[in-house]
Amino acid sequence: MKFSSQAVAKPYFIAAIGLFTLQIVFGLTLGLQYVLGDFLFPEIPFNVARMVHTNLLIIWVLFGFMGASYYLVPEESDVELYSPKLALWLFWIFLSASVLTVIGYLAVPYATLAEITGNDILPTMGREFLEQPTLTKIGIVVVVLGFLFNLGMTILKGRKTVITMVLMIGLVGLAVMFLFSFYNPENLVLDKIFWWWVVHLWVEGVWELILGAIMAFVLIKITGIDREVIEKWLYMIIAMALITGILGTGHHYFWIGTPDYWQVLGSIFSALEPIPFFMMTLFAFSMINKRRRDHPNKVAALWAMGTGVMAFLGAGVWGFMHTLAPVNYYTHGTQITAAHGHMAFYGAYAMIVMTMISYAMPNMRGRVANSAKAQSWEVWGFWLMTISMVLITLFLTAAGVLQVWLQRYTDMPQSFMVVQDQLAIFYWLRFAAGVGFLAGVGTYIASFFIKGEAVGLANAAR
Amino acid sequence: MQPDKAITTHASRQLPGDLAMWLFIGAELTAFALLFMVYASSRALHPEVFAQGQSQLNSQIGLLNTMALLSSSYFVVNAVASVKAARRHWAIGHLLVAIGFGLAYVVLKSIEYYQSFSAGYGLTTNVFYQYYFLLTGFHYLHVILGLILLTWVTPKVAANDYTVGNTSGLESVASYWHMVDVLWLVLFPLVYLLH
Repeated sequence: MKFSSQAVAKPYFIAAIGLFTLQIVFGLTLGLQYVLGDFLFPEIPFNVARMVHTNLLIIWVLFGFMGASYYLVPEESDVELYSPKLALWLFWIFLSASVLTVIGYLAVPYATLAEITGNDILPTMGREFLEQPTLTKIGIVVVVLGFLFNLGMTILKGRKTVITMVLMIGLVGLAVMFLFSFYNPENLVLDKIFWWWVVHLWVEGVWELILGAIMAFVLIKITGIDREVIEKWLYMIIAMALITGILGTGHHYFWIGTPDYWQVLGSIFSALEPIPFFMMTLFAFSMINKRRRDHPNKVAALWAMGTGVMAFLGAGVWGFMHTLAPVNYYTHGTQITAAHGHMAFYGAYAMIVMTMISYAMPNMRGRVANSAKAQSWEVWGFWLMTISMVLITLFLTAAGVLQVWLQRYTDMPQSFMVVQDQLAIFYWLRFAAGVGFLAGVGTYIASFFIKGEAVGLANAAR
Repeated sequence: MQPDKAITTHASRQLPGDLAMWLFIGAELTAFALLFMVYASSRALHPEVFAQGQSQLNSQIGLLNTMALLSSSYFVVNAVASVKAARRHWAIGHLLVAIGFGLAYVVLKSIEYYQSFSAGYGLTTNVFYQYYFLLTGFHYLHVILGLILLTWVTPKVAANDYTVGNTSGLESVASYWHMVDVLWLVLFPLVYLLH
């Protein structure tokens, strides 16, 4: 760690891991509710558990991005963070808002929550993933503005690098697209169109820039490859991400009441969306293969390569599987979508945050890398989580294929709930894989507490 | 030619411009190839709608535009050659003429669009117009991007940023401009001429 102010990243990372664990617990609850419909009813109904599961994902990934940025920007800009105090204040504001929101989801009916938080003054609630009360949304905007101000001032007084520029474009984009969550048109088609501006243009647009920037930073650090080489890769990846991702939004406009040319546009551009993810994989592997030094933090390199592969599989391959309009006509909103969503989010955004944590956390704890024993625990955590996620994805895909067949493709289509009953075996298997994932999370967390001889500054193999 | 000699000549041949630009061009061509395929299959499904729509197009303007783009590309080739021959003033002149032809394309195409819109045709008129506007509209945007790139390199040529042996940036832009040209050479017959 070059600057003491980088340490503000630490609480952000801890909160991210905590909320991540909570997200998985709610995921398991949901997994059980798929097969045991009245599990935890009426205390935690399915729709509430699902809302908590998806909202926690967004929140913890945002914590991860913020932590990663607070760590990365001072080091890249070669100056102390403009205001570590502001960063810590915003941390506590964001954490309390998040926790209060989740408590609100669980403690009172959603309609009551809407009433208490003044949703009638500025109605923004009720849309999938953007269920947060308007007050929370305003809180997120304030936190993100403060965060961008802090980073912006840091970059302005320091060195400007391609990585910080790409990161800032991604983060500003994140903030700007989020503003569409306040726009709530009466017309349902318009409502859906702009809802995707937040959801899609986040994960298949600006977030890819953030992902690319973090990946580039970690790769420079652990491989010692020239910045110029890494920057060129970064440029190409983000160009491809934006070229394919922006018009790729069209794959959400197939059946919502938009003109049918969206079927052509959406199909073509989203068919190309795997390209930037494939480039990301090539990027990670080729940089690590051509490394100029053997960094003692082996597990960070594993996370970086894992991000490339899993993002490509989850976002690229599983996305492509159902992105062409004629295919999507049958698969829309089935378990195929759930399979894709799980692996894509884990592979791209959960893993990039863990890549950064894996690299930065030892540095913030005064060492270059954790002890061999701690790293081996982390490697176990990596494989347990990753293999479990592959299994979750495969079981959900199997469920989805069967669902499409029984519910939409046969001559005698069956109703939704009748079909769901026949998918139970896959849901049980998915639940078992989910337990494996939770074990992975536990192992991962345990790795932070494993002692052993850490690689310090003095004995680091340079 | 002996095989080993063939290999050496091949290896000594250099890619004009940056590899990144070629990857970009590759992606662009893939996207357009998909669009052309979708156009072709849609035309096979609705031959009479396409025949009727195509007969309304102004192929004279299309032909003029083909000439404008080809001429523009020719002057860009000359501009790159001039920079390589250390004839900076020639290069600037050729670039300006190339930009002029590019602008002519934009003006002519805009007139054509204006005529179509005034006649009441739009993106949602029918399946032919949907593809006509999508394909040519995309291409139109590419012409504008190409013109921006050409306008960006011209002062750099004037400032002597590109020297003999250091023309990669200029070549990248030139390659992009030729791609815009090549795309039109497929688009024009496909949309305007093939009945």
